[in-house]
Amino acid sequence: MTATAMSARSDLTELGRSETALRAFLHGLPGVDQVGAQQRAAQLGTRSIKTTAKAWAIDLAIRMVDLTTLEGADTPGRVRALAAKALRPDPADPSCPHVGAVCVYPSMVPYVAEVLRGPASGAGPAGAAAAPAGAGVVHLASVATAFPAGQAPLEIKLADTRAAVAAGADEIDMVINRSAFLTGRYQEVYDEIVAVREACGPAHLKVILETGELSTYDNVRRASWLAMLAGADFIKTSTGKVPAAATPPVTLVMLEAVRDFRAATGRQVGVKPAGGIKTTKDAIKYLVLVNETVGADWLDPDWFRFGASSLLNDLLMQRTKLTTGDYAGPDYFTRD
Amino acid sequence: MSERVAVRKTYKLYIGGKFPRSESGRSYLVQSGENSTANVALASRKDARDAVVAARAAGSGWAGATAYNRGQILYRAAEMLEGRREQFVALGITGDEVDAATDRWVWYAGWSDKLPQVRGGVNPVAGPYLNLSTPEPTGVVAVVAPAAPALLGLVSVIAPAIVSGNTVVVAASPTDPLAAVTLAEVLATADLPAGVVNILTGRLQETVPSLAGHRDVNALDLAGVADAELATGLEVKAAENLKRVLRPVPTNHDWYADPGLARMTALLETKTVWHPKGG
Repeated sequence: MTATAMSARSDLTELGRSETALRAFLHGLPGVDQVGAQQRAAQLGTRSIKTTAKAWAIDLAIRMVDLTTLEGADTPGRVRALAAKALRPDPADPSCPHVGAVCVYPSMVPYVAEVLRGPASGAGPAGAAAAPAGAGVVHLASVATAFPAGQAPLEIKLADTRAAVAAGADEIDMVINRSAFLTGRYQEVYDEIVAVREACGPAHLKVILETGELSTYDNVRRASWLAMLAGADFIKTSTGKVPAAATPPVTLVMLEAVRDFRAATGRQVGVKPAGGIKTTKDAIKYLVLVNETVGADWLDPDWFRFGASSLLNDLLMQRTKLTTGDYAGPDYFTRD
Repeated sequence: MSERVAVRKTYKLYIGGKFPRSESGRSYLVQSGENSTANVALASRKDARDAVVAARAAGSGWAGATAYNRGQILYRAAEMLEGRREQFVALGITGDEVDAATDRWVWYAGWSDKLPQVRGGVNPVAGPYLNLSTPEPTGVVAVVAPAAPALLGLVSVIAPAIVSGNTVVVAASPTDPLAAVTLAEVLATADLPAGVVNILTGRLQETVPSLAGHRDVNALDLAGVADAELATGLEVKAAENLKRVLRPVPTNHDWYADPGLARMTALLETKTVWHPKGG
């Protein structure tokens, strides 16, 4: 793997200029050992993380959560409540860290910004001012580019992105054009990501591969490289809108891709599994996977995130269990 | 033709409609019948946690079923119990006790659609309102089953809890758990939805304190706790989130006597609705 990447190092920046070169590079990536990847992910999932290590992992996982709501039924009130929860996930415990980011649709960005950044002037509201250390660094992510299908003309995707950034989003979650990717039009996918990257301006770009629709691990590896070559700051597994969302083996393949990409180019790219991660146990399995695959450099909210909505409550319940000794119940935490 | 090899049975837990071993992998020996022993799963507090999750998940469906339907299912449990009479007798339980336990199920089954009429109704109020009270289930109930009589005692604490729509996590008697696991086999074939009844076998000191402290358990029935000190400790834990608590039943209690409504009504919440009168 690394050998291939290293030999291609000098050409990496040139790849995007020609469809043939891009195709030759992506198809030249070694195939993924499917059984091996599944077994490795399953084996790492059996590690037992207890007591102080567990407490550390839970707090890290809370800081890595991209608290997400992507529903047609989202209202300003609902996303405001979510943003307030992001700043202070457990109001009863001031030592509880804030989450990594809030992730919403572009039209909901202004309402979240109001809570996270304070009304226009930048002075935080009472809730934010009293929030635990680091309030204000809860990022504001917005999905864009005709999420979740991505089936819209490029101008619309770019306008979508610019609107989200203008409204205050500092992270953009874009979807790749799966239709083009699956038909082998890699150049088109590449150019689209480059264009969106430009439209983002200063905002971070997360590229959603929607691995559930890519069918094979080989495709996941190719799509990961394609996204990173085109300038992604993060690669993200799924939209959460198709049944097959993030799985440990898929995340393993993507982690290997970011590791090899850093070895080849020196640029570090983050990974965000999203969808289907509901319990603390799952989250800790992913953290083990990260540590064993790419090392502690990625064990940071800047480089690894969880796209989830119900995960946070389970993390909070486990956290309460560790501090009080009694199992917590869902009645004691807000639902949205 | 060689001699047939005996099919030995391991007695497992009953959680969420399934019969898993303890997550801890442990088991312990108990006396089974006259002169044989059996291996029974030794539940840990994580099994208790899993059982609460299963009970909570089953709650809305069971409470939402019609009272008539719940009655039918309880009656079917009685039918299944009748059919397995010999199996219980083989465990050393008297035929009279099995009959009494079967009759007790039938008796409670009949209460499912009558309880709302006895415990609820239209209240006279000083205003132009129709004021209605209806009993609703408390939620997840943790039950410590009495040690004796093994089967009748167990039925007498489970049936009154679930008839109104509660779901239960039962800590079976540590010394005599075989009746409880066999009853679980009865319930598993009685159309009772998975998770409505969950049965843990093993040491009370290990499972019951975590149930008593669990924030997602709504009531605690200490019927089978003989140790006064343990009972006090459990009540203190239960007070943490204001669980309803049923005190331990004296060991000389006559379980064959008419049980009355007390066990059912202790696990109900009353919902009252004010409705403006038209015209």
